[in-house]
Parts: sequence; C-alpha cells; structure tokens
Amino acid sequence: MQATSPAIPASTHHPAHHPETGFWRTYIFSTDHKVIGIQYGITALCFLFFGFLLMLMMRWQIAHPGEPVPIVGPLLAAVLGDVAARGVMSPDLYNSFGAMHGTIMVFLGVVPLAVGAYGNYLVPLQIGANDMAFPRLNMMSYQLYFLGGIVMLTSFFIPGGAAQAGWTSYSPLATAIPTDGQTFWLIGMVFLITSSLLGSVNLITTIIQLRAPGLTWMRLPFFVWAQFTASFLLLLAFPPLETAGILQLMDKLAGTSFFLPTGLAIGGKLADISGGGSPLLWQHLFWFLAHPEVYVLILPAMGIIGEIIANNTRKPLWGYKSLVFSVLMIGFISFLVWAHHMYLTGMGTRISAFFQTTTMIISIPSVIILTALLISLWGGSIRFNTPMLFALAFLPMFGIGGLTGLPLGFSASDIHLHDTYYVIGHFHYVVAPGTIFALFAGIYYWFPKITGRRMNEYWGKVHFWGSLLFMNLIFMPMFVQGLAGMLRRMSDGGLQYSAAKVPGVAGALSGPILGLNNFILWAAAGLAIAQIPFIINFFWSIAKGQPVRSDNPWEATTLEWQTPTPPPHGNFLKPPQVYRGPYEYSLPGYDKDYVPQNQPPG
Amino acid sequence: MNQLMERFLGLPPLASEHGQGVNDLISYLHWLMIILFVGWLCYFGFVLWRFNRRRNAKADPVGVRNHASSYLEIVVAGVEASLLLFVAIPLWAQRVDQFPSQDESTVLHIAAQQFAWNARYAGADGEFGRQDRALVSNDNVFGIDPADPKSRDDVQVLNEIHVPVNKPVIAYVTSKDVIHSLKIPAMRVTQDATPGLRVPIWFKPVKEGRYQIYCAQLCGNGHASMAQGFLVVESQEAYDRWLASKVGAATSFE
Amino acid sequence: MDIPYTVQPRPDTGVYNAKVGMWLFLASEVMLFGGLFSAYILLRVAAPEGTWPHGWLSIPLGTLNTLILALSAVTVLLAWAACKARMFDRYKFFQGITLLLGVIFLGIKGYEYHDKLTHYTVVLKDGRIADGHWVSATPSEVVLKGEFVAERSELADRRGRAKAHEEIRLARDQVQKMQVYGPAYNTYLALYFTMTGLHGLHVLGGLVVFAFLWGPGSRLWKTDPDRFTNRVEVAGLFWHFVDLVWIFLFPVLYLT
Ligand code: HEA
Ligand code: HEA
Ligand code: CUA
Ligand SMILES: [Cu+2]
Repeated sequence: MQATSPAIPASTHHPAHHPETGFWRTYIFSTDHKVIGIQYGITALCFLFFGFLLMLMMRWQIAHPGEPVPIVGPLLAAVLGDVAARGVMSPDLYNSFGAMHGTIMVFLGVVPLAVGAYGNYLVPLQIGANDMAFPRLNMMSYQLYFLGGIVMLTSFFIPGGAAQAGWTSYSPLATAIPTDGQTFWLIGMVFLITSSLLGSVNLITTIIQLRAPGLTWMRLPFFVWAQFTASFLLLLAFPPLETAGILQLMDKLAGTSFFLPTGLAIGGKLADISGGGSPLLWQHLFWFLAHPEVYVLILPAMGIIGEIIANNTRKPLWGYKSLVFSVLMIGFISFLVWAHHMYLTGMGTRISAFFQTTTMIISIPSVIILTALLISLWGGSIRFNTPMLFALAFLPMFGIGGLTGLPLGFSASDIHLHDTYYVIGHFHYVVAPGTIFALFAGIYYWFPKITGRRMNEYWGKVHFWGSLLFMNLIFMPMFVQGLAGMLRRMSDGGLQYSAAKVPGVAGALSGPILGLNNFILWAAAGLAIAQIPFIINFFWSIAKGQPVRSDNPWEATTLEWQTPTPPPHGNFLKPPQVYRGPYEYSLPGYDKDYVPQNQPPG
Repeated sequence: MNQLMERFLGLPPLASEHGQGVNDLISYLHWLMIILFVGWLCYFGFVLWRFNRRRNAKADPVGVRNHASSYLEIVVAGVEASLLLFVAIPLWAQRVDQFPSQDESTVLHIAAQQFAWNARYAGADGEFGRQDRALVSNDNVFGIDPADPKSRDDVQVLNEIHVPVNKPVIAYVTSKDVIHSLKIPAMRVTQDATPGLRVPIWFKPVKEGRYQIYCAQLCGNGHASMAQGFLVVESQEAYDRWLASKVGAATSFE
Repeated sequence: MDIPYTVQPRPDTGVYNAKVGMWLFLASEVMLFGGLFSAYILLRVAAPEGTWPHGWLSIPLGTLNTLILALSAVTVLLAWAACKARMFDRYKFFQGITLLLGVIFLGIKGYEYHDKLTHYTVVLKDGRIADGHWVSATPSEVVLKGEFVAERSELADRRGRAKAHEEIRLARDQVQKMQVYGPAYNTYLALYFTMTGLHGLHVLGGLVVFAFLWGPGSRLWKTDPDRFTNRVEVAGLFWHFVDLVWIFLFPVLYLT
C-alpha cells in the first residue's frame, strides 16, 4: 500500500491545506514539527557557516601572525575596536574566536542541526506520528535555542568581546578574565541547555508514545534509534553542565569560590576570595557532559548514514540488531569515560586504568557499527548519487578520526599528544568530514521530501569532491604537526616555539612544521570555495530544482516517504499501519526491489 | 620496526629514560591503526568497484553470510586489551607511583604563573623552607614562609631550569594563578600546573642539552608566548657550579 | 489532527504522554541536583580539618520546613485523589492547602536568608574579630549584637553554643574587613545559598503551576476532567521530586 497522491509542485502546495492561520503562525510561531525542524535547520546552517568564517580568520592569523586579516580586517577593526586594531587579530580576539568557534560549532551548529532539525523533521514521520508529543513545548525549544544564539552573538560586541577561555571554559581562567564575555557565554549556555532538555524530553516521549500501530521497537529505522540514544545523552549529560554553569556564574557574579582554590594570586595580588574551591571540579562536571556530547554529535550522523546506505545499496543493513545494540552500548558507556580528557591533571594508576579501560571498551561498539555499515555494502547494487557519495566518504573519514582516538585513549601515549594538534586532527576528522558530511548527505537525501524538488546532482558532486579533498588537506597535516609537538590554541601558530628563534634548543618546532600552517590556510580557503556551489545549489533548488515525479523518489521503504510531498500539517493522509521491518529491499518474490513498511503482507 | 614508525611519525628528539616507552606505545598503536585502516580501505575499494550498480544490477539482500567480522572485532579488542594491560598501565604506574628516592634525585618545585615558569631548589641545606598556600602572592609564588630559616638558602630561578644528567628529577608542579601545563616534549613529560594542587612528577634525563618547555594549557592572552622556559640538562659539575652561583636568592625572583 | 495518548494511556506502555515527559524531565533534574551534591561532597571532603562549619543553621526551623513539605506531599496526593473521585471542592481544598504550605515554606526560608544576610564578621585593625547581627550603622560607627572571638576558627562550630547578645560598638576607622554571611563568605555558605536557592526556585515554579491549576486553570475541569486530573497528577509528580530534594538538603546542610 503506497502513498500515492501525485507529487504536487511546491509552488502550488503552500499553506493551502492550512488556511486558518496567517504568516506568523505558519512560519514563525508554528507548532508543526516540520516547520520547527526547518527553522532549526536554517538557523543551524547559518551558525555552522559563521563558525567556519571565524575559523578562516583564525587560520589566517596562525599562518601570518601580526598581519592584518585580508578583506575583513578593516571591518573587524571598525566593529570590534581595540582587540582588532588595524585589522590584526590580538591574542584576546584569537582566543575569543577559538572559544566561540568550538561553542558555535558544537552547541549552535551540529547539535541543533542533527537533533533539532533532523530529529524534529524526520522522527515523527519515520514513526508514523502526526506530530511531536508536545508541539508547543517544541516551539519553545526552538525559541530558547534562538535566544541562546542571540546572547552568544551579542557577546562579540560587548566591551572586551566574547568568552576567551576555550569552549572548555576552565576555571580559574574563565573566572579571572576581567571582561563580561564569560558571563554572556554562561547565560547563553543556560538557554541552550534548557532548549536541548525540552527538546530531548519531547523527542523521547514521541518515540515511546507515538509509534504507529505495528511499529515495534525492532522495526524502528536505525536513524530513530540513533536519535533516541542521542536524546537520552542530552537529557542526562546536560544537567551537570548546567550545574557547573550555575556555579561558575556564582563565582563570577556573587563572589563565591567553587572553582577557586586558596592562595590564588592573579594579576599581582592575592585574590580577595574565600578560597577552598577546586579547579578540577569544573573539569569533572564539564567533561561529564562534554564526552557524551561528542557522541550526540556522531550518533545522529551514523543514523543518517545507515538510512542512506540501506537505500542506495538496495539491501537491508547488515546486522541491524548489533547496530542497535552498539548504539545503546555507546550511549551507556559514554557516561563512564569523561576523565580521559584529564589524564594529565595528575591521576593515579587505578583511576587512570579505569578510564583507559572504559575508553577502549567504548571504542568496540564504534568498531562494530562501522564494520556493520561497511559489510552492508557487500552484495549491494550501489547507486552513486550525491547523498551516497557523502555517506560513503563518511566511513573512512570517521575511521581516521576514530582510530586516532586510540593513542589519546591511553594515558601514557596521551602524555605526548595531549593538547597538541593531534587532538584537533582527531576530533575534526570525526566531526567535520564525519558528522558534517553525514549532515550534507542528509540534506541532499531528504531535500526532495521537504521541497518537492531535487538538488542539482552535478553541482552536488562538485561540492562533494571539493569538500573531500580540502577537508583532508586541512586536517591530515595537523597529525604531523601534533606528533612533532605543536600545541593547540596558539594565537601565533607556534611562532614563539620556532627553532629558528632560539638556536640550539631541542624540541622546538622546525621550519617545515610551521610552514604547514600556510598550507592549511590555503586548504581552508579551498574548502570555503567548495561550499559556494552548495549554498547556491541549496537556494536555487528550492525554487527551481527539478520537481520530483513521485512521493518516493529514492524508492525507499521507511514511512517518511509514504506521505504526500511535502507532508501536510498532520503528515499522513490516513494513519499508517506498519507490517514489516525498516529495510526490506530486494526481497525475492516482489516485483519491485523495495517493500515499504506500511505495505500489507501478501 | 618501531624505529621505522617513529621516523615515519616524525616524533621529536628524545632525551629521557622512560620516553622510549611512550614512543613504543605510540608506535604499536599506529601499526594497529594503519593495518586496520589500510585493510578496510582495500575492502572498501573492492566493494565499490565490484558492487557498483552497473556491474551488479540486482542486490543480494543477505550479503555477507560468514562471521569473519566478528573475529576481526575480537582480535581488535584483544590487541587493545593486551596493549592496555602489558604496556600502557605499567608505564603509567611507573610514572605516577614508583618514584625514585629523594636522596638520589634532584628535587625541585615548579610554579607556573602568567606567563613564566618559576623553579625552586632546596639549596645547600638540602631542605625546602615551609610553604603555605595562604602566603602565595605575586612576589612569593611558592608561598614561602620567610620566618623559616630553612628557606634562607633556597634557590629560586625564572624560566631557566637546570638539572644534572643521568640522575632522576622529581618536580612538584603547581601554579599561582590559572591552570598551565608543564610540557617538555624531549622528556616525554606533561603535567598540568593547577593552582591549589601540587603534583609530583619524575623523569630521568639521559642526554645533555637545552630543551624547550611548553605551556600546554590555555592560560590567557599570553599563552602562546609563554615560551621562555628551558630545561638545561648538564653534567653534575656544571650543575653544582650553577647552583652555587645562585645561593641565597631567597623568595623573590632575580 | 489530534495527538494520541494525551489523556488516555497508550495500551502497550501504560502511560499517557505528559507522564512520560515528566518522568524524563525528573530524570534530568536528578542529574542536575546530582551534580550539585557531587560538588558538595567533593568540596567538603577537600576542606581542611576543622574548617567546615557546624550548627550555623537553625535545626528547629529546618525541621519545621521539612514537616511542612512532607505534609504538602500528602495534600498534593489527596488533591489528585479528589480529582480521581470527581470531587472538585475537595480538590480545591487540598490544592489550596498545598499552596499555603508552599508559601509558608518559602516564608521561613526567606526569614532564614534574612538572618544570614544581616549577620557579619568584622575583622578589626587590632586583630580582634567581632561576630554578630547588624543593629544599626552611622558613618562613624557600626553596631552589632554578638560577641568577640580571638580566632576565626572559633566560629566554625556553633553547635550547643548560646547566642551572644552583647551589644558591640565598632568605630568605622577601626574596621579592616567586614564580611556578611552571604555566598562569598565561605564554601559552606556558597553551597547553602546555591543549593537552597535552586531548590527554592523549584518550589516557586511548582507553586506557580499549582496556583494556575487552583485558579484560572481549573476551568478545564468543566470541559475535560480527565485531562485536568492528569495535569494535577503530573504537577504532583514534580512536587514530590522537589520534596525529595529537600529531604536530602536538610541533613546535608543542617544536621551534619
Ligand atoms: C563526534 C565526536 C567524537 C568521537 C566519535 C570521538 C571518538 C573517540 N575519541 Fe575523541 N574527542 C572529541 C570528539 C570525538 N571523539 C573531541 C571534540 C575531543 C577534544 C575536546 C577538546 O579537548 O576540546 C576529543 C578528545 C579525545 C580525547 C582527549 C585527548 C586529549 O585531550 O589529550 C581522547 C582520549 O581518550 C579521545 C578518545 C576517543 C576515542 C577512543 C574514541 C572512540 O570512540 C573512537 C572509536 C572508533 C574507532 C576505533 C574507528 C573504527 C575504525 C575502523 C574499524 C576502520 C575503518 C576504516 C575504513 C572505513 C577505511 N578523544
Ligand atoms: C562540531 C564541531 C566542529 C566542527 C564541525 C568544526 C569544523 C572546523 N574546525 Fe573546529 N573546533 C571545534 C569544533 C568543530 N570544528 C572545537 C570544539 C574546537 C576547540 C576549541 C577550543 O580550543 O576551545 C575547534 C578548534 C579548531 C581549531 C584549533 C584552533 C586552536 O586550537 O587554536 C582549528 C584549526 O584549524 C579548527 C578548524 C576547523 C575547520 C577548518 C573546520 C571546517 O571543517 C569547517 C567546515 C564547515 C563548513 C564546511 C560549513 C558548512 C556550512 C555551510 C556551507 C553553510 C551553508 C549555509 C546555508 C545553506 C544556509 N577548529
Ligand atoms: Cu601558561 Cu599556557
Ligand atoms: Cu571524550
């Protein structure tokens, strides 16, 4: 039983089904999960882009310390004042941009896109529900996210600029910097955390309560499992950071000393505080959130990849059960590994042995997931369209990122690699050509469902090959730099440690290692140029893309494709009934090579 | 084998006894990583070629029927477990639990501040003056009690830290303001310098030379230029001469 | 377009949506307060010997507040039971009592805060330390009701000590440092204000919801009593959690 209403071109299909509400209720204050999903998506893409621009300026500064930033330099000087005098980035500004790049990418870019946008738009459709369980709460989540973003952006323009203590905001530094950037950061985070909490309550409730009849747990698409687990991580890991944020805010505003020890002498004299606090307490609370958080970044990505691979190999995912089980394992163990970010704070053998062991244990389900996805390709009939290209590239890219996590996971090898560019390389391989590629894949894949039009394949492929090439050119040299000892968060790109500066010193940075900075700068510029076809393609295709001729252009099995295009308010023309598992492709005995989940047996 | 890998990875020069262990662990892990990655990449390339829609129009819904991948996963887990048990944990235990005796070692206190390294030696009497966190201030980074006679002959230096070669060094690391991190790549040593904590580390330099000290933790706008610290490893005689020339520097720095 | 299971439970899970949502929310709240209690434990264990304050809070007042919250937990339950039994007046009565109890709780808490925020430790230039409640102040003089101590550490343990009532006059120009018993005073008070403050905000939040369900929100009773009953139940779940947090806060801050 296929959904069959002929595809209606987007132009004739706008809010006609929905005449009782005006522009504001339809597009701005909507409670429809699809509209909210799109709002999340557009906002998050803009933040991703902004985070990338910050990084481009930083890469310039790293490669050419002390030289004015080209093109935007005068603008920076005019808008930000002293911290960018003559258009040169001061160390303060570099630190602000670095902290905000991390914060924006993680909390305002990837999480809202992967969970807020994809989760909101797709999960109700994939489970055959007509909306989220709490539509008004859903609208509020988006608004809180938006407000949090506004607070973060505003902080760039206050005197002294945005937060400067890294996205990790370690105390006492975060408390000691005299400007208000950190206060804004904390207030912004409280909004973002609240938004994520409400969002995850909503998503989990929806998955538990609103599954269509017949859609048992083991018939859920892998994507839904991934979202389910990621939401649980958000739900349980964010509150400790909220606690930490409240305590740091108290330190900053009420003069307490939660994270400030006795005998702290900042800027020349003994600080006038009661003391007795613990800087390590902040790190524990922060990483207790931030480690599960990195799995929030990767799990939805894995979910997207699973969907696209099953669809484009025309065969079921290999080892569905082990995939589901591994995702749940990751979710659970991710709460037990946080201190692998803290090996070098001074950790005894027993505690470090515990965290090394859990870190190795958590790498096993990741290996299982990747293996299952790789094996799923065997025996397929692989279509190489743009979404599939991004999905395929995800596998080796995540492989590089994940494998380089292993030397960091052992405390003894971390001695050499901690806080070097090796770490930067490690996690960017998982989040950039990993997660970001998955998100790109998802955009190309679900675009026809959302707009009724396809994105241009040719320019999609240009975007893909450009991104793949330049991502590797950016991040691969970072391993070389890191192994040679180059540290992260260097506002001058390591110039002060250059061997040329003080001859005869062993362990300083050689010319070629520093020279890579310039190489990476141009690769980053190349990556920026490679995004232009995507941005144009994206907006152009909304209006002018090739209209799809069916509601199910990829011939997929899951429920979101069994709705009209785009799905109307309420989603399904008639409540779906599910009869089968999520990936019944190429089954013998059917005339087509796919059987939708809602097709009755026989 | 491991030397090959070290060369390939471009690890910086090594001048401490235990550093070889760190290098070895890094090498083992990269062998494992490269083997896994290249192996899977070959599989990946083959699959993309072999099961291209043009070459394989009809998919086989079952695909792989054997359990080779499970064995592979077990092997990976086994390798990780043995590295953990036989290499990583013993190496770490040696770093943080099995300290050499104080008498046979050079003992010093290191305190970081924005944006420099202070080091303090016990001086002629071989004993440090009493320290109290509450006394820490800008010109008393170690919180030395000036009333304690033992503190009179202590030696305090800024940024240039000398130690004798082939003798273990025990350093107590702390900070007076924000968190810094003492990183000496050639010694394969990294330790966060956290205010309010004093963490001991030890290593045994085996080669004379002048080694760069890095600050590896973001510590403010001068973080990148906190690069004036050097560890000077020299012969015992040279070290004694150097120390003698400093006696009586008391609490404030030079 | 109606979302299913907003009122009736879903047969295979046995609950309605809002209840699942509330349980999930409470799970996150457990983590929130869990973070705070971990911070408490860590900081307390790390505190040097003999510096952790004892007996700074009034145990009778704390006990009274504990009883008040415990009683309100019962009345909340009774209010919900009354809804189930379709007795609206009874519901109004018990919900009203709950509201009242909550307000009294906050009132007592406010009084305790006030007591701390008018309490000072004054270090004089000659090294003496005065400790007491604020009476009055002029540009040249501060008047406290309290006592002199020789060492700050004498202030740490106040268990079984009578309250001093001696009036102390301190010349302003003799004062070296004057500290109020606010969050910045020491780690204990920082924790006290933060933990009870956050808890107080939760109480306040619960009261706002109760006030709504008692007043304007109760109109829903006429049109959809089942939905209304669910709301009362879910709000009650939240209230029970808030009570539970207090059951932990009380011993941790008042008794030990
Ligand atoms: C999505 C994000 C993400 C993911 C998935 C991971 C995954 C892992 N991470 Fe990473 N990590 C981060 C994001 C992530 N990390 C971030 C952001 C930081 C830095 C934060 C900061 O300091 O600012 C960090 C830092 C970090 C550290 C701290 C380093 C330091 O500061 O010194 C450590 C240490 O243990 C670590 C370990 C690991 C491990 C063992 C995994 C494992 O889960 C990986 C398991 C995966 C595999 C083992 C891959 C399997 C591959 C194959 C089977 C081959 C496939 C081959 C082909 C297809 C060709 N990570
Ligand atoms: C999800 C997380 C995420 C992502 C995706 C990225 C993406 C990138 N990051 Fe970042 N990064 C972090 C998280 C992330 N980063 C964190 C946490 C830190 C640590 C911060 C700290 O030290 O505190 C860090 C630090 C960091 C550093 C180290 C700085 C330092 O230590 O001094 C560098 C250096 O090169 C870097 C580079 C990059 C680059 C080149 C990308 C590129 O891959 C960017 C690619 C982006 C795009 C390709 C944009 C795509 C979007 C569009 C094209 C928009 C289209 C819009 C519409 C259609 C509307 N990052
Ligand atoms: Cu000191 Cu960085
Ligand atoms: Cu981690």
